[in-house]
Amino acid sequence: MALDDQFYREYILDHYKNPRNFGRLEGADISHEEYNPLCGDLVGMDFRMQDGVIEDVRFHGRGCAISQASASLMTERLKGMRVEDARMISKEEVLDELGIEISPARLKCALLSLKVLKVGAYGLAGEEDDE
Amino acid sequence: MSTLRSEITSSAPYDVEAIRKDFPFFESGIAYLDSTSTTQRPRQVLDAMLEYFTRYNANVHRGIYRTSMEASARYEETRRKVRDLINAKSVKEIIYTRNLTEGVNLVASTWGRANVRAGDLIVLTIMEHHSNIVPWQILAEEKGARIEYVDIDDSGQLRLDQFYALVERGPKMVAFAQVSNTLGTINPYREMTAAAKAAGATVLIDGAQGVPHIGIDVRETGCDFYAFSGHKMLGPTGIGILYGRRELLEAMPPYQGGGGQIRSVFLDHTDYAELPDKFEAGTPAIAEVIGLGAAVDYLQGVGFDAIHSYEERLSDYAFEALSEVDGLRVIGPPTPQQAGVLSLDLKGVHPHDVSTILDRHDVCVRAGHHCAMPLMHRLDVPGTTRASFYLYTTREEIDRLVVALHDAKRIFS
Repeated sequence: MALDDQFYREYILDHYKNPRNFGRLEGADISHEEYNPLCGDLVGMDFRMQDGVIEDVRFHGRGCAISQASASLMTERLKGMRVEDARMISKEEVLDELGIEISPARLKCALLSLKVLKVGAYGLAGEEDDE
Repeated sequence: MSTLRSEITSSAPYDVEAIRKDFPFFESGIAYLDSTSTTQRPRQVLDAMLEYFTRYNANVHRGIYRTSMEASARYEETRRKVRDLINAKSVKEIIYTRNLTEGVNLVASTWGRANVRAGDLIVLTIMEHHSNIVPWQILAEEKGARIEYVDIDDSGQLRLDQFYALVERGPKMVAFAQVSNTLGTINPYREMTAAAKAAGATVLIDGAQGVPHIGIDVRETGCDFYAFSGHKMLGPTGIGILYGRRELLEAMPPYQGGGGQIRSVFLDHTDYAELPDKFEAGTPAIAEVIGLGAAVDYLQGVGFDAIHSYEERLSDYAFEALSEVDGLRVIGPPTPQQAGVLSLDLKGVHPHDVSTILDRHDVCVRAGHHCAMPLMHRLDVPGTTRASFYLYTTREEIDRLVVALHDAKRIFS
């Protein structure tokens, strides 16, 4: 079915099967995990900071292709990024980067890595979204 | 007035296409394999509810006018139907609740608070869904009671050796599902109840999946409480049933206070109404109760033996068809210990991804932990993809499931 290939695009499956920056980071400055109790998805990230820049980042976790590919894509994007720029990453940008239509039931999977970034790296209190 | 289809009787050959014609939902062409979450509803149920709303809409037990009296009569008629359905002794033993969850909570917080003491033992099983775990945890925490869980074996059946050993320890309450909502396992509920009663325990059976698939005779079984939901047996949401043995219900304090459950209210005290009103405070879900009555008629018209044997044939067919999918594991027992609820684990594909791909094929299944997280931990899976069948499920729907699973496998290979 062409429709399905469209949904699970090749690069999403690639990030799921061959996650980038996967594992733990020795001597991380910040480590944070978030868990989605609805589906059991887990994403954690370790950050090493240097002069306001995310020098290195790794993620670990388990879950569906959407949550894990989203985290993998996120780490590629964050590496070398200024913290103040990372702060500006929005839900819309994360969803755009995934490049597929995410149904309401899967939004939490897609945005779990953003939550890790927000709560962990920004030190922001967990913002509850309305979705 | 009968809402039965005259052509459907227990002795006639099972005509699933005739049954499907009663369910407007199936005009959508969607393969619906999630009846364990909630079933579809036949026209007879929808019509009964619409008739109440349009022809005799009034509150019950209040008005001294004919419309209200008709509403009250139809509302109480369901109680008799449910009494007969489960073979209770009296309508006084049939309490209307919102759903199974409220039934268990009612027992835990009224019978439980009055009877469970510090150090008492409550026996549950690892295959319970959260509705039959959390209310007991709340009670146990409040009272300092202990909870022990009966494990399952590799085939998804209860470890009866453990069950009998725990029962020997004299538990105050033994609560378990008649049929597992995740594995479809039909538990030996008669034998389990007899053993628990012999040891002096009070027994609650979660019948959420039991009533729809295999039915129950509460007197023959000998349980003290039996709870279930209307929406898992062709009825509407928002209505459930708690059966309790009359002596127990009489002795229990009320659950909620308010209109309808009182005999007399004074400023300093209240005399409560008799059963079943004592447990039914406030204006109830009238249309839903009437709809449930129509659902009971419908199920009895088809017949539980016919439903169960049809589901067994479907399960056998599904086990065979699913065995063609590489890397697919069916968790849970085969027939005859199986009630048409198959938990699937597709190697390398998360249940949510499976479900999303199945949805693209218009196949509806449940994916996740099925409100049974302890069981998922026990099985060491994050969740499963659950396909569940009911009296209207066809082999063609199962074939579509198999095609969609092959597609999921292909996409993730």
